[in-house]
Amino acid sequence: MKTVFDRPQALADVPLHYCPGCTHGIVHRLVAEVIDELGLQESTVGVAPVGCSVFAYNYFDCDMIQAAHGRAPAVATGVKRTHPELNVFTYQGDGDLAAIGTAETVHAATRGENITVIFINNCIYGMTGGQMAPTTLPGQVTTTSPYGRSRKIQGSPIRVCEMLATLDGVALAARVSVDCPKNVIAAKKAIKKAFQNQIDGKGFSIVEVLSTCPTNWGLSPTDALQWLRDNMMPYYPLGTYKDTEAVKDGE
Amino acid sequence: MAKKVLMKGNEAIAEAAISAGCLHFFGYPITPQTEISEYMAKRMPKVGGLCLQAESEVAAINMLMGAAATGSRAMTSSSSPGIALKSEGISYIAGCDLPCLIVNVQRGGPGLGGIQPSQSDYYQATRGVGHGDLRLIVLAPSSVQEMASLTAEAFDLADIYRMPAMLLADGALGQMMEPVDFEAFPKRETPEKTWATNGMGGKRARNIVNSLYIDPNVLENTVLERYERYALLEENEVKYEEYMTDDADIVLVAFGITARICKSAIGELREAGLKVGLLRPITLWPFPKKILGELADKTKAFLSVEMSMGQMVDDVRLAVNGKKPVHFFGRTGGVIPSVEEVIAETKKLAETL
Repeated sequence: MKTVFDRPQALADVPLHYCPGCTHGIVHRLVAEVIDELGLQESTVGVAPVGCSVFAYNYFDCDMIQAAHGRAPAVATGVKRTHPELNVFTYQGDGDLAAIGTAETVHAATRGENITVIFINNCIYGMTGGQMAPTTLPGQVTTTSPYGRSRKIQGSPIRVCEMLATLDGVALAARVSVDCPKNVIAAKKAIKKAFQNQIDGKGFSIVEVLSTCPTNWGLSPTDALQWLRDNMMPYYPLGTYKDTEAVKDGE
Repeated sequence: MAKKVLMKGNEAIAEAAISAGCLHFFGYPITPQTEISEYMAKRMPKVGGLCLQAESEVAAINMLMGAAATGSRAMTSSSSPGIALKSEGISYIAGCDLPCLIVNVQRGGPGLGGIQPSQSDYYQATRGVGHGDLRLIVLAPSSVQEMASLTAEAFDLADIYRMPAMLLADGALGQMMEPVDFEAFPKRETPEKTWATNGMGGKRARNIVNSLYIDPNVLENTVLERYERYALLEENEVKYEEYMTDDADIVLVAFGITARICKSAIGELREAGLKVGLLRPITLWPFPKKILGELADKTKAFLSVEMSMGQMVDDVRLAVNGKKPVHFFGRTGGVIPSVEEVIAETKKLAETL
């Protein structure tokens, strides 16, 4: 009998701890499918963040390192610089990548580190129970912005792809979503490109995935997907913000 | 005969690291250790290595963690405030059981402090470098030769015991020039790094480098296993130098640059008829407790001499365990105690005996 659907090799056969309706599972699967399709499982080292995806080291069936909060791009740099032949990716949430790890993100990007960064943006700190993230939208209620995020008090959210697209070291900065099958297919295409870029030595590639957190948003899984479309997409437009050849030495 | 080279202490660390097979250096400029970075930046490309200047001390220690996780020999260096920034990463490295070298060329503190030599990071190195139950191998060189030989030794010890090692120097040792013989230090057998995350390569199941254990019993067992290794270190790797302690009525205890000042003082004190000796801890952790306990049985008093307000003196007191009085003399803030001051303090103490 022909197999039409199976677990990707690069995804370990263990139960995920994610909440019902959380889109981490989809993104894990896409990353694992891409690793399989590009034949990278045996040469991949993944770096897990601190946040909801902290246990990613259990889920990807390849060598994994669990990094300190926000430091995954620096850890990945150490791996890639000592072993350029390895395929190195980080998997980070918005608090990890765009708050505590902003410096590590920006500088890995501007150095043109030849790594792949998967960035989950769900506008909230999930693991600690729904606090304000650097990407929390204006007016969005969280446990630490109980009256809604105020631009006056907490400032405005960060658009990571737009910011990183200004840096010469960035080969790919794309924002995708996993809210519907069509967008899931587009997301996989972007993730595949981000890994292919690494194989081709093009430099820093980041794919920002707009994701849901039904639990901490206080919505059902389907309402959460609609909330993503209605609120996140206008502030964080999908698209490819940078897609270019790596900057050559001396340029 | 081996060839000796005249070098700055900081440069000797860098060259010794390269000779020991460390081909990856991650740094960030800070006085008084910047020569290490500069030397690495010049030398690494010529030996097929890499010197990468990070955006911060925090990034540098995490780059080191990534490099160490792949099993590569790698290091970072900094000075006191920079080591404070690295302490998060050091805790993770310890929690992940990764071997690597961290160099601290100490300056005065707290805060921005000063840029003159100090030993006031003794607590930081032996007690407080990072959260959690953890230890670092801490080696304290006292000459430019030891800046080199202990650097090489630190890498071997880190690999053997699978843990981070720190070379605790100071600005004076970093900046002074002395002849170094790079062929003088022995190399030890180190185990294969089967735990490294360097790609499964079709040869094995995945390796995971991790310090997170949600189940407290599992975390406790992990820490207990680590402490068994620490116990082996305490048993096998304690290093110290004894100088004229055989008949000493007073034993000075000092490490690093301060030990040299004490030796000069002892020369003059002996000429004046006072029986004074020196115990110089070379490993600050594991601390030479046993020999201090033994010395306590035959000497009359101890004087811990430090460039701090008195930090190592705590360990001396713990080791002497009330058998004999333990006194302290120190200068801090970047002030180096003079030979005359040490002589005066020792004479003052001798009068009370």
